[in-house]
Amino acid sequence: MSLAETGFLTIEEIKKLGKYPSEERFKKGPVAVIECIQEIPCNPCESACRFGAIELGEPITNLPTLNEDKCTGCGLCVAKCPGLAIFIIDKAYSDTMATVSFPHEYLPLPEKDAEVEAVDRSGQVVCTGKVIKVLNPESFDRTPVVTIAVPQDKAEEVRGIKRL
Amino acid sequence: MIKKEVVVIGGGPSGLAAAIEAAQRGAEVLVVDSNLKAGGQLFKQIHKFFGSSAHRSGTRGIDIGTELLEEAEKYGVEIWLNSVAIGLFQEKKIAVERGLDVEDKKLEIIEAEKIVIASGASENAVRFKGWTLPGVMGAGAAQTMINVNRVLPGERILMIGSGNVGLIVSYQLMQAGADVVALVEAAPKIGGYGVHASKITRAGVPIYTKHTVIEARGDKRVEEAVICELDEKWQPVAGTEKTLKVDTIAIAAGLKPLVELAVMHGCECIFDPLLGGWVPLHDKNMESTYPGIYVVGDIAGIEEANTALEEGKLAGIAIAEALDYISSEEAKKLKDETWERLKGLRMGPFGEKRMLAKEQLLAAAEAAKGSAEEHQIAASAGA
Ligand SMILES: Cc1cc2nc3c(=O)[nH]c(=O)nc-3n(C[C@H](O)[C@H](O)[C@H](O)COP(=O)(O)OP(=O)(O)OC[C@H]3O[C@@H](n4cnc5c(N)ncnc54)[C@H](O)[C@@H]3O)c2cc1C
Ligand code: SF4
Ligand code: SF4
Repeated sequence: MSLAETGFLTIEEIKKLGKYPSEERFKKGPVAVIECIQEIPCNPCESACRFGAIELGEPITNLPTLNEDKCTGCGLCVAKCPGLAIFIIDKAYSDTMATVSFPHEYLPLPEKDAEVEAVDRSGQVVCTGKVIKVLNPESFDRTPVVTIAVPQDKAEEVRGIKRL
Repeated sequence: MIKKEVVVIGGGPSGLAAAIEAAQRGAEVLVVDSNLKAGGQLFKQIHKFFGSSAHRSGTRGIDIGTELLEEAEKYGVEIWLNSVAIGLFQEKKIAVERGLDVEDKKLEIIEAEKIVIASGASENAVRFKGWTLPGVMGAGAAQTMINVNRVLPGERILMIGSGNVGLIVSYQLMQAGADVVALVEAAPKIGGYGVHASKITRAGVPIYTKHTVIEARGDKRVEEAVICELDEKWQPVAGTEKTLKVDTIAIAAGLKPLVELAVMHGCECIFDPLLGGWVPLHDKNMESTYPGIYVVGDIAGIEEANTALEEGKLAGIAIAEALDYISSEEAKKLKDETWERLKGLRMGPFGEKRMLAKEQLLAAAEAAKGSAEEHQIAASAGA
């Protein structure tokens, strides 16, 4: 089953493109994971990154490519992507925990330090997470970005939380 | 009778873009729109748009709408709201009914030098047992309810259709506080963008491809929906029925261009399912087969707000050129740039078919023009 049949990506489908950050890069700290695999006419992620870490070029239907060495994991691209398809993963958060940051355009927003149900790409609850921060500055244009901590082995799976 | 240089019918993104382009170069432009507020679909679209970052992508539809209205005002575009164009007669006369149903209505006849028809599209229906029960509605209607009128149509929704409209409206219904119980799609594949689908699957909405709704049940309104699987020949597979507790069934089964006015004035149309059905032929200036009448946006083939904006610009530039507000060199440069952007928007697996369909439409328009000219030559030779 693929994205076009189920509506969600599998980690295999994403990795097959060869654009997923390497394990060495993950060890160094937060990095963007771009889960955009169809050639759609869209490119705001490219100009959102002031470090030039996302390359897309012309035509605008090209797929975005992350330059993992240039990416600082700052998270600016997350709120800019109209597909809500960019996540920041920090596998070096602690010895046992990783963090996942994702766009969350639902009210109410979770509170810092709250326990939340973390879901995978298909919406299944996979574990509990702890809210580390909720960013919602004006520049995000009403797309809040939530960061939660989850067990390290869930970092590839968790992509959101259950609506509150 | 009122005389106007340019009249635009419909104040959605395409109509406003045409009006702004023409007015900015000196033309006197009137936009008539049937709604309480101009902007067309844009004020329902609270999500961030795709497209090129050079052209406002990543900006929410509502904000693009506000920007367009500001520009229109800046360039002196006159806008009549609550005004429905109810007829289009030769020679370029428009009958407009002004005023709400609860007020005194007034009929105005306007004679225009140039007319842009930018009336958009209407939603397709799907018929099934119980489809007339209250609670069965178009997805676009549900979107108007939540995002314009701020009324939740129901708490538990079944969405029919996985094009971008079905996916986006499902997402927005959840943002508004409803639960989307499921989305069904008759085809084996999801029609819209994967990233839109993933937003709703992540929120727990199951998407059933090769499925359809066969019945809506309920006493005075929808209380249950029956869905089932379809085989290769799109026939229901017996024994696969599932009953879902829902109070609303929203239908996103595509849009159809609102071509009536164009047809009324004798603009030639062709039928192309890829463009949504009957569409008026038009050339690269967006001019229909009737000189001085232009068609832009969803009426010229169902696409997106981005392409609607660019098509509107093309017509606005062509009109400014035809009315001698700009030189043909300047017009050519502006039109070439616009066509470049349109090409970019129509690339990739989702745009390719539309690009091809549009190319065929342009070719058919050229052929129609050629035969009309031959006809004229033959007629004058005969006389
Ligand atoms: C749910 C949904 C999501 C979408 N998401 C996107 C997206 O993410 N990106 C994107 O690019 N596009 C998107 N689109 C598509 C986009 O909204 C349309 O393609 C675009 O609005 C078409 O513009 P238009 O100007 O042709 O028509 P419209 O926006 O429909 O405007 C037509 C206007 O004409 C008026 N009108 C009609 N008939 C008459 C008459 N007889 N007299 C007077 N006025 C009349 C109407 O009231 C309306 O205001 C979406 C559409 C929907 C429904
Ligand atoms: S996280 Fe920051 S540095 Fe990395 S791609 Fe996104 S915007 Fe660029
Ligand atoms: S902005 Fe998002 S959806 Fe658009 S190309 Fe970039 S990653 Fe894909």
